[in-house]
Amino acid sequence: MEPSSPSGEVVLEVKELVKYFPLTTGIVFKRRVGDVKAVDGVSFELHRGETLGVVGESGCGKSTLAKLLIQLERPTSGHAMFKGENIYDAKGKALRRLRRNIQIIFQDPYSSLNPRMTVGDIVGEPFDIHSEVAPKGDRQRRVQELLDVVGLNPEHINRYPHQFSGGQRQRIGIARGLALRPEIIICDEPVSALDVSVQAQVVNLLEKLQDEFGLSYIFIAHDLSVVRHISDRVAVMYLGRFAELGTDVQIYERPAHPYTQALLSAVPVPDPAVRGQREQIILAGDPPSPANPPSGCRFRTRCWKATDKCAEEVPALVVRPGVDHEAACHYAAIREDVVVVHH
Amino acid sequence: MATTETVPPPDASAAGHVPLLHVEDLQVEFRTRDGVAKAVNGVSFSLEEGQTLAILGESGSGKSVTAQAVMGILDTPPGFVTGGAVRFRGQDLLTLPEDERRAYRGRSISMIFQDALSSLNPVFTVGWQIGEMFRVHEGLSKKNAKQRAIELMELVRIPAARERVNDYPHQFSGGMRQRIMIAMAISLDPDVLIADEPTTALDVTVQAQIMELLADLQRERKMGLILITHDLGVVADVADKISVMYAGRIMERALVGDIYARPAHPYTKGLLESIPRVDLKGQELAAIKGLPPSLTRIPTGCEFNPRCPYAQDICRENRPPLLEVVPGRFSACHFATEVLDGTI
Repeated sequence: MEPSSPSGEVVLEVKELVKYFPLTTGIVFKRRVGDVKAVDGVSFELHRGETLGVVGESGCGKSTLAKLLIQLERPTSGHAMFKGENIYDAKGKALRRLRRNIQIIFQDPYSSLNPRMTVGDIVGEPFDIHSEVAPKGDRQRRVQELLDVVGLNPEHINRYPHQFSGGQRQRIGIARGLALRPEIIICDEPVSALDVSVQAQVVNLLEKLQDEFGLSYIFIAHDLSVVRHISDRVAVMYLGRFAELGTDVQIYERPAHPYTQALLSAVPVPDPAVRGQREQIILAGDPPSPANPPSGCRFRTRCWKATDKCAEEVPALVVRPGVDHEAACHYAAIREDVVVVHH
Repeated sequence: MATTETVPPPDASAAGHVPLLHVEDLQVEFRTRDGVAKAVNGVSFSLEEGQTLAILGESGSGKSVTAQAVMGILDTPPGFVTGGAVRFRGQDLLTLPEDERRAYRGRSISMIFQDALSSLNPVFTVGWQIGEMFRVHEGLSKKNAKQRAIELMELVRIPAARERVNDYPHQFSGGMRQRIMIAMAISLDPDVLIADEPTTALDVTVQAQIMELLADLQRERKMGLILITHDLGVVADVADKISVMYAGRIMERALVGDIYARPAHPYTKGLLESIPRVDLKGQELAAIKGLPPSLTRIPTGCEFNPRCPYAQDICRENRPPLLEVVPGRFSACHFATEVLDGTI
């Protein structure tokens, strides 16, 4: 499928988004001793009907980014424009309307559903706040419609979450996300907790819903093959910043940032025939703490290309000569020996 | 009858050859209030020195329970080993009294677990916990045990081991904790190492480090490695042979290259097809319909029949035994030949 996206209208424009969490010490008199720089200058555009995949390892700030976009957290600085309106300036009615349009699906279908509420209450709860979407008398029918859309039996409306399997629970979460007919859905690791055979069912459902409702997704995950399957464009995140941003083919077949190259080379390919056919880059050590990130390029402490320049100068996320997409590396260069195409 | 099935020696030449580890018709059940759950139902496999066997399965397939039963650390009750044999160099461990069996644990067969943080004791230093192996099993003094702990930490490539030996588990990252688990597991130089989802909780770049470390250790020490995982990618990278488990049974068994090239069981085929592939981008993934069965209500006939696209009446009535389809390839499917040939 060719990305239908770049032609589509921009629904979300994120500019220099920053979120620092203060680190304090002391019990009575709290002193601020530093910041965890969870998200530190992230910019991108999201088009109608497009899926932007965000990959990165734990602690890279991808979930904080999700929380910022649905306004569970307020940014330290920067802004996000939904159809030209800064979502962080909105108040009262305007804020409610914005919230309706950006919804989220969480990773863990076990802890994100209230065990004391029936499926009908869970999926219908958004209507309590946004009653304009579904008038009171119409609610049960709407909830049953939603259950049907996500492939659950509408007659199970009075059941409780524990009566469903993991995959079915994730469908309940998706139905809840769809309830208010949003334009954007943030999927925060939506299939990570599911078994392989069930994972494919949920990925198929998400794609079907996207076509049906013209949704835009921000698809956050650490499973690179799932992200590639579903995304039109992919952003690779490292320690609060985008390291590289491009179409799925650009990122997966022509990675230009050393971190992306290492990440791709570390992913096991489910095909024993290609064993040993690609360069494997084994990175030393763990990612540094976001409370004390390295100066300059954040990846330089684990990078084999690092020079003095990398310690001094933060590399911008731009298109450099010889590379066909944006990469935040002074020495960005396409490398194809770390990836194999398996059929 | 599936119980008559035997595992052939991996080297056809070796008549009278005793495998390093040979599990035969293992049966484990959990007695719960909801009834008896058959977690493992007639599992057999064998392992040689230096070989890597992957046991692949989804949650609830019985792969971890198999490992626990082999290791002898099953929670009893509710879990009971109700049949079969676990032979280590010919000696059946299941018939041994507990105090004799303990001697095998750690020294002959050792295990690392998925979640290193909850497997380590938070109130003791890592050096103390690694050293415990030497103090208990070899009667070393505290000082000598600590020295050995430092050597092991260096062996599993923990930087600044001498300084970090007195740190507590929470002071280490996830990857470093898994290295500490590995250090403990290999401390007594075991012949068999069981790794139960060793990298599932880790990031990919750290996973690559740990798998490389395990492969190096295995090569140096000629250990037999049983890798328990749900990750088809990890299996393809490291395993020599695979057993695919579903609902407590082995559905298919073969060398790793054979299975990925041409599966001989519809479940394996479904699993492989549900992985997103580059050349099928934009198309629907071939998902396996439905859900794995509850172990208290396993379907009659073939366990996989309610989800199988090829199921016939015979599949709903008779349970297919695990039989050899072509030399070296075993499948528990009535239509194994057809699946293997691709004619259905």
